[in-house]
Amino acid sequence: MKPHLKPEDAVNLIPDGASLMIGGFMGVGSPHRLLDALAASGKRNFTVIANDTARPGYAIGKLIRAGAVSRLIASHIGLNPETQKGMIAGEIDVELVPQGTLVERIRAGGYGLGGVLTKTGLGTIAAEGQRTIDIDGEQWVLASPLKADFALIAADQADYIGNLQYQLTATNFNPIMAMAAETVIAESREILPVGMIPPDIVKTPGVIVDYLIERAA
Amino acid sequence: MKPEEIIQRRVALELKPNTLVNLGIGLPTGVARYIDPAAGILFESENGIVGLAAKPPEGMDDPELTDAGGNTVSAIPGAATIDSAVSFGLIRGGHLEATVLGALQVDEEGMLANWVVPGKMVPGMGGAMDLVTGARRVIVAMNHTAKGAPKIVPKCTLPLTSIRRVSLIVTDMAVIEPTDAGLVLRERAPGVTLEQIVAATTAKLVVEGEVPEMKLGVGGA
Repeated sequence: MKPHLKPEDAVNLIPDGASLMIGGFMGVGSPHRLLDALAASGKRNFTVIANDTARPGYAIGKLIRAGAVSRLIASHIGLNPETQKGMIAGEIDVELVPQGTLVERIRAGGYGLGGVLTKTGLGTIAAEGQRTIDIDGEQWVLASPLKADFALIAADQADYIGNLQYQLTATNFNPIMAMAAETVIAESREILPVGMIPPDIVKTPGVIVDYLIERAA
Repeated sequence: MKPEEIIQRRVALELKPNTLVNLGIGLPTGVARYIDPAAGILFESENGIVGLAAKPPEGMDDPELTDAGGNTVSAIPGAATIDSAVSFGLIRGGHLEATVLGALQVDEEGMLANWVVPGKMVPGMGGAMDLVTGARRVIVAMNHTAKGAPKIVPKCTLPLTSIRRVSLIVTDMAVIEPTDAGLVLRERAPGVTLEQIVAATTAKLVVEGEVPEMKLGVGGA
């Protein structure tokens, strides 16, 4: 059985300055109870790797509002003016990465690959500072792997040994991030007895999940 | 007819039956209203769904079924939800027939700038760079000018989204196809003259004989 933690106790595992991959797309499929506890904890100086920062004060937007994020790697911050303000004020160091490249960088980190070659961004300012590789006369951008100390992910159903399945568009980055972090903390809508999730439906095998967040009271 | 309806109806005619299409948030989303439902066009959204459909009736939303803007949507029977790696595999891998998106600028070489105004608006590129680089056809759907300022320019001054040439530009005034020979003016919007189009465009337009008036989709509402 995987340890079940209250959100506040899970947050105690996370030190100031940790790198965090956080699942979700505009807050859909984000681990909301965990993010609430993290934002309230007063911890700070996090590096956050996520698709976006949702809206002001919502989901990852709570960490932004709490001033807990000093570095951000994301594809889109357009719907959270507080992130943009933090970037302009020099409080948040923001690296913008094309969405498909971001997910492949995370995948490469979790799948033991040295990087991924993509056409996306080639010849644009998004490829500045990155290596371009010539293969048989064709140019590719080398996207480097990303890993993190923690993955904070959300699932629809978990079982007691941490097998996870996801729902609809709440899947997004979650199963990819689960592979790319040292410690994986999963918040699931429900937790079921082992065997209740058919093996074919399991998207993230429990063997890579370290902690589950307890059921909501 | 409102300018955006002209654009949406004309773009709708570009979409081929039984293909996979991505519509950008905003004006492009409305293209779906003018599609023949029998055509079997599948819409996808990069946050992870193939078979996206319109917002459901009030009270029937699912907060975990959303489009790339985070708005609740519905799904057709037979839809598939996918993770972000599969989603962008579809986009980059040649499986997406068309992407329809807006622009800040398009230039004489058919290059598109649509994701950043340095120092002013830095929202991030989201999926735009992957979509423009990977889709088989890139259709720009936009108003011809922004507050009177031409958006079809000799050379983009804003950072490019991709170095890949877009396939077609559809505006409320014209249909323009970027080619090796430059921007070919294919069609005029109803009641718009060649002179008006030229006056609203700083890029050089190639005019080959008579420029017909654009046909507009009749379906939808």
